[in-house]
Amino acid sequence: MLIDAKNPKNYQIKIMQNRIYALLRQEKRLDGRRPDELRPITITTNVIEKADGSSLVKMGGTKILTGIKVELGTPYPDRPNEGVFTINAELLPLASASFEPGPPDEHAIELARVVDRCIRESKAIDLEKLVITEGEKVYMLYIDIYVLDYDGNYFDPALISAVTAVATCNVPRYELRNGKYEKTGETFRVSMKTIPASVMMGVVKDKILVDPTPIEESVLDTSIITGFDSEDNLVSLQKNTTGMLDLNIVDKLLDVGREKVREIRSRIMEVIGDGQEETS
Amino acid sequence: MMLENRQVKLIDENGIRVDGRRPDELRPVKIEVGVLDNSDGSAYVEMGRTKIYAAVFGPKEVYPKHLEQPDRAILNCRYHMASFSVDERKPLGMTRREIELSKVIRQALETVVFLEEYPRTMIDIFVEVIQADGGTRTAGITAASLALADAGIAMSDLIAGVAVGKVEGRLVLDINDLEDKYGEADMPVAILPRLNSIVLFQLNGRMTLEEVKQALAMAREGINKIYQLQVEALKRRYSVNQIDEGQ
Repeated sequence: MLIDAKNPKNYQIKIMQNRIYALLRQEKRLDGRRPDELRPITITTNVIEKADGSSLVKMGGTKILTGIKVELGTPYPDRPNEGVFTINAELLPLASASFEPGPPDEHAIELARVVDRCIRESKAIDLEKLVITEGEKVYMLYIDIYVLDYDGNYFDPALISAVTAVATCNVPRYELRNGKYEKTGETFRVSMKTIPASVMMGVVKDKILVDPTPIEESVLDTSIITGFDSEDNLVSLQKNTTGMLDLNIVDKLLDVGREKVREIRSRIMEVIGDGQEETS
Repeated sequence: MMLENRQVKLIDENGIRVDGRRPDELRPVKIEVGVLDNSDGSAYVEMGRTKIYAAVFGPKEVYPKHLEQPDRAILNCRYHMASFSVDERKPLGMTRREIELSKVIRQALETVVFLEEYPRTMIDIFVEVIQADGGTRTAGITAASLALADAGIAMSDLIAGVAVGKVEGRLVLDINDLEDKYGEADMPVAILPRLNSIVLFQLNGRMTLEEVKQALAMAREGINKIYQLQVEALKRRYSVNQIDEGQ
């Protein structure tokens, strides 16, 4: 992203790409990982007291914070018996010298939409449980993702952060009393039907690597994000950078993606498994 | 689209789709090159009721100046839908969807254009969807790559795109709006036909791994056909007389 890897005249990049490729051929990487090794993931939920749900996720040096605010609203006319959620993402200027202040740019919008697709298309959130009065009043989850520190691959930790924030969200319960919707003082958990997770993979010539760092991102021929649900169905695909993706490597990419996503999901389960036992 | 269509089965017992096609059949494709006089290159693509114009301006002076690259051209792309192109009027201005699609289309085009041939310049590409009936981003790329060719810009290959969908458990080629709305998945793919490489790849919806692989093979078939039509359209526009070297 910082340097243009696609220009054949950019020798600095060529040299770095050759070095990374030489390492990949020996099943190694610059930071000591194997090509298919993820960076360590840490997940801390409920870090923001004023949010109804929140989660801080670190994946290597990339840090993502998601917060959820729940409000009441009207459902979409064509889905009267479903709650509503919206996902926003911001690449904060404090996260990287290459991020600029201002309204979300195409990268931030892409991030939000890829995370949204993984959650929406997998039907992860049981939206029918977020209805108070059918066709009239539903809970609306505003899921806002902030990239705090960018050290490559913000897609996967953003999804982990959003999913764990939703799964540990304490929704304030409302009831219709004397014609008005009022908080009862109780909270309830959002019910999850599946746990989507994604993995970003890069291609250098004929080699695949997962969860790239910024240096690796700058030399990749291309990259793709694959999202899967708990049943190993693909729920989202996004080729997110320029470059050619050889049709002959796609099968292998999808297989690697499925394996890695299982690994990420088991990390998520460790956290929300605990979270769901707590009563609020 | 009428609301009662929602009750219609998307595939009947004979495997025929709502618009009468077989699962692996493209809609009627119409391609024309050089349709807008004031652009440097343009193209019009119709896939069934999906209708799209694309135009290219440039290579030209970079504006704003600080974006100029000393060793290559910069490429801008705007994918935009007309307010009347969809069932419910689309508000004016760029939606988040349009911003994302502009990005993925631009990235696909950057892959084929020899940008280093045009240092210190800018190439603008506009994709206008005047009617949307499914598969607009892929038809948009098909059109945009032809507009670039029409503008005489050096490229490594044309790009042809098509969306494969999953409706009622079956894979279908070149989905229309109904199949997109009420189907289970939409997988747009754009491929360089000669270089056998993917330049745009997305999935919206749920498919098994095996289905994605099959869908990709299906897309490849459809794209071969679209590519032939692209080449024919360019030849119609540029052949001086009957003497033509051909493909």
